[in-house]
Amino acid sequence: MMASSYNAKDEDGHHPGSVGSGGPGAVKSKKPDNTAFKQQRLPAWQPILTAGTVLPAFFMIGLIFIPIGIGLLVTSNNIKEFEVRAVAIATSYCVIRALCSYTAPRTKDFSNVFMYYGLSNFYQNHRRYVKSRDDSQLNGDKSSLLNPSKECEPYRTSDKKSIAPCGAIANSLFNDTLELFYIHPNGSRIAIHLVKTGIAWWTDKHVKFRNPGENNNNLSIVFQDTSKPVNWRKPVYELDPSDPDNNGFINEDFIVWMRTAALPTFRKLYRIIQKKKDNMTPTLPPGNYSLEVIYNYPVRSFDGRKRMILSTISWMGGKNPFLGIAYITVGSVCFFLGVVLLIIHHKYGNRNNNADIPN
Amino acid sequence: MIRWIRQQLGFDPPHQSDTRTVYIANKFPQHGHYIPQRFADNRIISSKYTIWNFIPKNLFEQFRRIANFYFLIIFLVQLMIDTPTSPITSGLPLFFVITVTAIKQGYEDWLRHKADNEVNGAPVFVVRSGSLVQTRSKNIRVGDIVRVAKDETFPADLVLLSSDRAEGTCHITTTSLDGETNLKTHYSVPETAVSQSVSRLESLQAVVECQQPEADLYRFVGRITVTQQGEEIVRPLGPENLLLRGARLKNTKEIFGVAVYTGMESKMALNYKCKSQKRSAVEKSMNTFLIIYLGILLFEAILSTILKYAWQAENKWDEPFYNQKTDQERNSSQILKFISDFLAFLVLYNFIIPISLYVTVEMQKFLGSFFIGWDLDLYHEESDQKAQVNTSDLNEELGQVEYVFTDKTGTLTENEMQFRECSINGIKYQEINGKLIPEGMTEDSPDGAVPCLNKEEELFLKAVSLCHTVQISYDQVDGPGDPFSHANGFSPQMEYYASSPDEKALVEATKRMGVTFIGSHGEIMEIKTFGKAEKYKLLHVLEFDADRRRMSVILQKPSGEKVLFTKGAESAVLPYSTSGEIDKTRVHVDEFALKGLRTLVVACRHFSADEYQEVDRRLHEARTALQQREERLVEVFNFIEKDLELLGATGVEDKLQDKVQETIESLRLAGIKVWVLTGDKHETAVSVSLSCGHFHRTMNILELVKQKSDSECAEQLRRLARRIREDHVIQHGLVVDGASLSLALREHEKLFMEVCKNCSAVLCCRMAPLQKAKVVRLLKTSPEKPITLAIGDGANDVSMIQEAHVGIGIMGKEGRQAVRNSDYAIARFKFLAKLLLVHGHFYYIRIATLVQYFFYKNVCFITPQFLYQFFCLFSQQTLYDSVYLTLYNICFTSLPILVYSLFEQLVHPHVLQSKPALYRDISKNSLLSFKTFLYWTFLGFCHAFIFFFGSYTLMGEDTTLMGNGQMFGNWTFGTLVFTVMVITVTLKLALETHFWTWMNHFVTWGSIAFYFIFSLFYGGIIWPFLHTQDMYFIFVQLLSSGSAWFAIFIIVITCLFPDVIKKVFYRHLQPTSTQKSQFIEAYQGIGCVDSMCCFSEGQNACSRLGRLVERMMGRCDPARATRSWSDSDTFFSNDRSILTLSPMEVSHC
Repeated sequence: MMASSYNAKDEDGHHPGSVGSGGPGAVKSKKPDNTAFKQQRLPAWQPILTAGTVLPAFFMIGLIFIPIGIGLLVTSNNIKEFEVRAVAIATSYCVIRALCSYTAPRTKDFSNVFMYYGLSNFYQNHRRYVKSRDDSQLNGDKSSLLNPSKECEPYRTSDKKSIAPCGAIANSLFNDTLELFYIHPNGSRIAIHLVKTGIAWWTDKHVKFRNPGENNNNLSIVFQDTSKPVNWRKPVYELDPSDPDNNGFINEDFIVWMRTAALPTFRKLYRIIQKKKDNMTPTLPPGNYSLEVIYNYPVRSFDGRKRMILSTISWMGGKNPFLGIAYITVGSVCFFLGVVLLIIHHKYGNRNNNADIPN
Repeated sequence: MIRWIRQQLGFDPPHQSDTRTVYIANKFPQHGHYIPQRFADNRIISSKYTIWNFIPKNLFEQFRRIANFYFLIIFLVQLMIDTPTSPITSGLPLFFVITVTAIKQGYEDWLRHKADNEVNGAPVFVVRSGSLVQTRSKNIRVGDIVRVAKDETFPADLVLLSSDRAEGTCHITTTSLDGETNLKTHYSVPETAVSQSVSRLESLQAVVECQQPEADLYRFVGRITVTQQGEEIVRPLGPENLLLRGARLKNTKEIFGVAVYTGMESKMALNYKCKSQKRSAVEKSMNTFLIIYLGILLFEAILSTILKYAWQAENKWDEPFYNQKTDQERNSSQILKFISDFLAFLVLYNFIIPISLYVTVEMQKFLGSFFIGWDLDLYHEESDQKAQVNTSDLNEELGQVEYVFTDKTGTLTENEMQFRECSINGIKYQEINGKLIPEGMTEDSPDGAVPCLNKEEELFLKAVSLCHTVQISYDQVDGPGDPFSHANGFSPQMEYYASSPDEKALVEATKRMGVTFIGSHGEIMEIKTFGKAEKYKLLHVLEFDADRRRMSVILQKPSGEKVLFTKGAESAVLPYSTSGEIDKTRVHVDEFALKGLRTLVVACRHFSADEYQEVDRRLHEARTALQQREERLVEVFNFIEKDLELLGATGVEDKLQDKVQETIESLRLAGIKVWVLTGDKHETAVSVSLSCGHFHRTMNILELVKQKSDSECAEQLRRLARRIREDHVIQHGLVVDGASLSLALREHEKLFMEVCKNCSAVLCCRMAPLQKAKVVRLLKTSPEKPITLAIGDGANDVSMIQEAHVGIGIMGKEGRQAVRNSDYAIARFKFLAKLLLVHGHFYYIRIATLVQYFFYKNVCFITPQFLYQFFCLFSQQTLYDSVYLTLYNICFTSLPILVYSLFEQLVHPHVLQSKPALYRDISKNSLLSFKTFLYWTFLGFCHAFIFFFGSYTLMGEDTTLMGNGQMFGNWTFGTLVFTVMVITVTLKLALETHFWTWMNHFVTWGSIAFYFIFSLFYGGIIWPFLHTQDMYFIFVQLLSSGSAWFAIFIIVITCLFPDVIKKVFYRHLQPTSTQKSQFIEAYQGIGCVDSMCCFSEGQNACSRLGRLVERMMGRCDPARATRSWSDSDTFFSNDRSILTLSPMEVSHC
C-alpha cells in the first residue's frame, strides 16, 4: 500500500583490505565490527507518505467507513427510546404520585426493554464524592466494616457507630421507586413485571461487592454493630429483604449507584422488562401506560431533574447516533480528500517525482 | 583541631608558607623544632563520588536540575496536602528518572575509579630504608626517592637527583603534557648526580625548598641544599631539574628523583581542568519550551482555581446535600484553602512537564553516541583509530554547524614533512630517489656509484644536518645484538626525534643524500659524509624562538675552525645575509611557497678566532646574567646572527590529507563556511588553501595583510567591503594575517565581520593559538550567534577547540592534547564530512523530534484532565487512574520514542553524504523553531480535544454502550480517553518514523500490546494493598462494548488523518529537499529494480492510475525493492558532480 523500499544490509564497499591480521603479534585492532546494527544499516521498511501512497488508504477508509456509519446509524435509529421527565413539584421527602401516561411504541418490539432513571446536575464525579467510599468494606472486609476508611468522612460514623456502607456515594443512594402500569383499554391497570437483577456488572455483583460474614444469611447480625447511612430510611440489610442474593452490599440498585457516573447528567439502569417467552407478543404492547413514582429523592436543592427512560438495546448499546454520524462524516471527508489528493497527485506528482532525478 | 577541620573543609588554605621544604628520603632533622608540613598523597582522583558519598552527593547534583527539583516539589506538595493524585504518581517516575540517571553517572564514575585505580596502583620503585622497594604509585610521599626506568612515565613531579649517566642528565618527552614530541634534556645538580646507586643515595643528605604547587608547566623555582661532610652546598633549581608527572623517560636507563609534588598537587593534575560544560542549542530551546509549558501549567492551574471559586460561590454546587464537607474542610481558612486548591491543580496538571524528557534525552545521547565510535567510515585503517566521543552532550550540535574553523598543519595536511626541493647557491634542486638533481636535469642520467657533490652543496647539506636540535633514539639496538648495525656504525632503526617535523624531514633528507647525522655525545656532534665520519664540537646553541624565527648553532669544525650555521624563516634570515645568491634564493623561496612548500633559509658565518672569543664572552655574560637575561640574550643573538653568508633554502612539503578537497567542498555545499586558521606564512597558507579547494581558482582573493596601523587597516577593510558590494557575482576569499587581524579586531570588529560574512572562504595565517580562539569567540558572539566548530590536532589548537561550540580533535602526530580537550576526535579531516552531514543530521533530527514529541504527548496526556474539570465542578477529580498517570510516561509511551531517537534515518546516509545541501534543511535549529514547536503543541491540544470530546459525545449522550444495557462510570470514561490517547500518541510517532527496523515494529506494536495486557491484568485483580478498586474490570467491560471499539477506531483515525493530510500536502506543494531526496531514494530503488515502474519520460504511455493501482497491489513488494547501494553508485557520483559544478545551488540557498 505504501511506496516503500527495503534496504537490505549492504555489505559492499566496506572491505578495506585485511582486518587486524597485519602481522604477528598485531595488537587487537580497534576496528569497529561491520555489523548491520553498529553501522546503522539494519534492514528497514521506509514508507513515504505521498499522495500516491495515502490515496488508496483514503479511498479505502471512505469506502469502509461510510457503510459502517450507515449501519451504525440504522442500528441506532432502530432503537426505541422513550423518556419521561418527572415533573418535580414536591419538596424534599414528601411522597407524591406522579402519574403519566404515554403511548407505547408504534411498531412491535419483542426484545427486552430497559428502564433507566436519569438525573441531571448531579455531580457524581466530584472528587470529594468519588473517593468517599470504602471498597474493602464493600468487599466484605470485617475490619473495614467496623472501622471504615477515613475517605468516608463525614459519612463515616454516626452515633459512634461506623456507617455501613460508609461514604457520600452510599449515603446518597437513589431511593425513588418507579413502577410501570399498562392501562388496559378496559381501564384496568396491569402492573408490568420489572426485573431488578442483571442491572449491575457481573463482576461487581459477584466479586467486588460482598456481604461481610461469609454464608451468614442473617445479615442483621452481621451488620449489628454498624449504623445505617444517615439519609437512609432503612439499614443496608433491608434493601431487598425478599431476595437474600440481592440484599446488603450486593443489592444491585446499590451497586449500580456506587458506580459513579462520568458526567453530571447521567442515567442508571433501574429495571429490566423482559421479553415475553412466546416471542409473539411484544414486550410492551401498544397502548397507554402509567408511571408511578414514589418520590423520595430530593433534587430541587441543586436544580436537578429526574427522568425515566425506557429503551430497547442493540448490540451496540442504547440509542446513540453519534458513532454513525461520525463514521459517515469521516468516511465522506476521506473520500473527498481522496479525490482532492488524486487531483494533486495527478497535477504535481509527476513533476515532483521526476524533478530531482538527474539524467 | 578546629583548624584541622577548617582545613579539611577547605576554608583555610592548607599551606601556610610560600615554600615547601622537602627532606630527601624524608630524613627529617633530628634536632630543633621541626613541624612536618602536610602534603597530599600521590593519588590521582578524577572520580566524583565515593561509595559513601555517592547517594547524597548524586542526589544533590540531580536535584540541582530544575526539572528534577520541580518534580521533587510536586512530590512534597502531594505528601503534604490533600491532592487528587497519590504521591506515588509523581514519586515513582521521579524515582525512576533519578535512579536511571544515578546508574548512568555511577557507571561513569566507576569507570573513572577504575582508571584512577590503574594509575594509582601502578607499580613504582621507591628507595626506602636503604633498599629499592616496589610499591604502588599512590604510596609515594613527598620526599620519597623514586626510581624510574626507561620508557616509564614519572609517577609524580620529581626533582632529578641522578641518572645512569655520569653527568646526571636524562631525556624525556612531554608529549602527553603539551604535545611536544621532541626529546628534552633535563639536568641534575652535580652534587647529587654522583649518587647513582641506592646505597649512595642513602647517604645523601639534602633538602629541597621549592614554591608551592602551581599549574604552569614551565615554571619551577627552588633550591637544593646538599650537606656534604658537614658543609652545606646550595644549588638553584629550575624547570630543567623538574621531571613532570605524565612525562616519559627516554634514552636513559634509569633515573632517581625525589618527589616534590604528588597526586593532585602535581602540575599535570593542576592542569587537568574541568572542561567547561558546553550546552547544545537543542538543550537551550528545550529549556525555553519547558518554561513555556510551565507557563501553560500555571495558567491552567490559576484558571481552574478561579473557576472553582466562581462555581463554589453557590452553595448548591459547593456543598449539595449528597456531598457534604467535613468540619475540618469547612473550618480551614480561606486563604489556605485557596493555596491548597491551587497546588492541587498544579499537581493535577503537573505531568504536562515531561518528567522523563531529560532522562530520555540523556539515554538517547549516551546510547546514540556509540554509533559514532562504531562507524566503519570513521575508522582509519592505517593508524587503527576509530572516532572517539568525549562528550555525548553535543551530538545534535553536529547537525547545526555553520562555521568550521580548521587548523592547517596536521589537520588539512598529514603533518608528514617530505623534503622536496632546495635552492643551493642560486640553483634549484629537486630530490629524486634520494639524490639531489639540479633543476632541468633528469634523473635518468645514470650516476656513478659515488655521487659527487660540489663544495656548496656539501656545505649546505652539512649545515642542514648540523643546525638543529634533533635527538636520536636507538630504540631497537639496546639489546645484545645486531652485528650489522654495529658494523655500519649506526643502526637502521635509528630514529630521529625533533621538536619540529621540518627539522626531522631535513635531517632525514640529508641522510638520504649521504650526509648522515649520527648523534651527539655530550658536546660532540657526529656526522658521516659518504661514510666518512666527522666530529664537530658543539659550542653554542642559539635556540629557536618565535620572535627571531630562526635558530643557530656555533660549531668547531674538525679543522678547528669555528662556524655558525643559521636556519630560519626567510624573512628572518635574508635581511641579515650579506653574501651569497640572495636575490635568486628569494625568488626560489617564493616559488617554493607558491607550490605550498614550507620554506627555510640556511646561512652560515665563519668566525675568526678573535670574533669567536668576543661572541663566546658575550654569550656567556648574557647567559649568566641575573637581571634581564632575556633581553640581553636577544641582543647578543642579534649581534651574532649577522653578516651571514647565504647557503640556500629548503622546501619541505606537507602532504595534503586524503579527500580534503571533497570534504571542504561538501561542507561548503552544506552551507557551512570554512575558515582556515594557521600559524603558517601567508604564501604557504594561500597555496595550501588553493590546493585543498578552500580557495577556488575562480575566487577573487581579498587580502588584509601586513597592516601596520589602525587607520590603514580600517581603510583597507572599507575598500574590501566596497569591492565585495560592487562585485557580488564572483565568490570572494579573504586572507588575513595575525597582526592585521588583531588590529582589525581591536577597533573595527563590525566592519571586519561584515567583510568576513560576505566571503565564502576566509584564511587566517600567522595566527597565535590565542588568536585562533579569539576569532572563534568573535564569530560565536556575533549577532546571529552561529554554531561554530573547531577542528585541530595540536596543542596550539586546544584553546580554539575549547572555545568553539563543538571541538573536534584530530588524532594526529602532535600528541593527544587536542584529542583530550575535544568533544569528538577523528583520525582524518575527511571524516568530518560524514560526522557532520550524516551523524550530525541524524542526531539532530532524532533529538529534535524527540523533544517535540515529548511535549506533544504530554499535552495530549494532561489536557483531557484539564477539560474534565469543567464537568466535575473543578473538584480536581482525575480523569485517569493513578496507575495510568504514573505509567504513561515511563511505560506506555517511553520506548517507541527512545528507539525512534536511536535508529531514525530520514534519508539514507549515502544520500546525505552525497547531497550535502540537505544539511541546510536542518540549519538554524529549524526543527525546533518556535513555529514547529507551536505546531506540535497545537497538534497536542487538538488531539486532546478530539480524545476528550469524542469520548464525551459517545458517553455524554448518557446512553448505554453495552449490549446488556448496563452503564459505564467515570473510570470507564477516563480509560476510554486514555486508551485512545495511548494508541494515537504511539501511532503519531509511527507516522513520524521513516525508518522501520524490527525494533521500531517491536516497540511500537509492543507498547500498544503492553498497554492492553497490562490493563487487563491490572483490572483483573482485586489488589489487596490498594484502598480503592476503581479499576476493577473496567478495561474488560470497556472492551466488551462494541461501541467502544468503534469509538476508539474513529477517534484515532480522526486524530491522525488531518496530520497525514498535512504531511502529504506539504510534501507535494512545498517539499523540502530532504523529502525530495526521499522520493528519489524510494523511486530510484523501485524504479531501477523493477523497470516496469520506472518513472522515466517514456513511460507516460501507461496511465497514472494504472500505475497507482499497480503500486497499491504490491508492485512495491519490499523484497523486490531490495537493492544494494553499489548498484546506484553511478547515480550518486553523477549527482555529486552536478552539485559540485552548479554554483546556482550554492547561491540560491
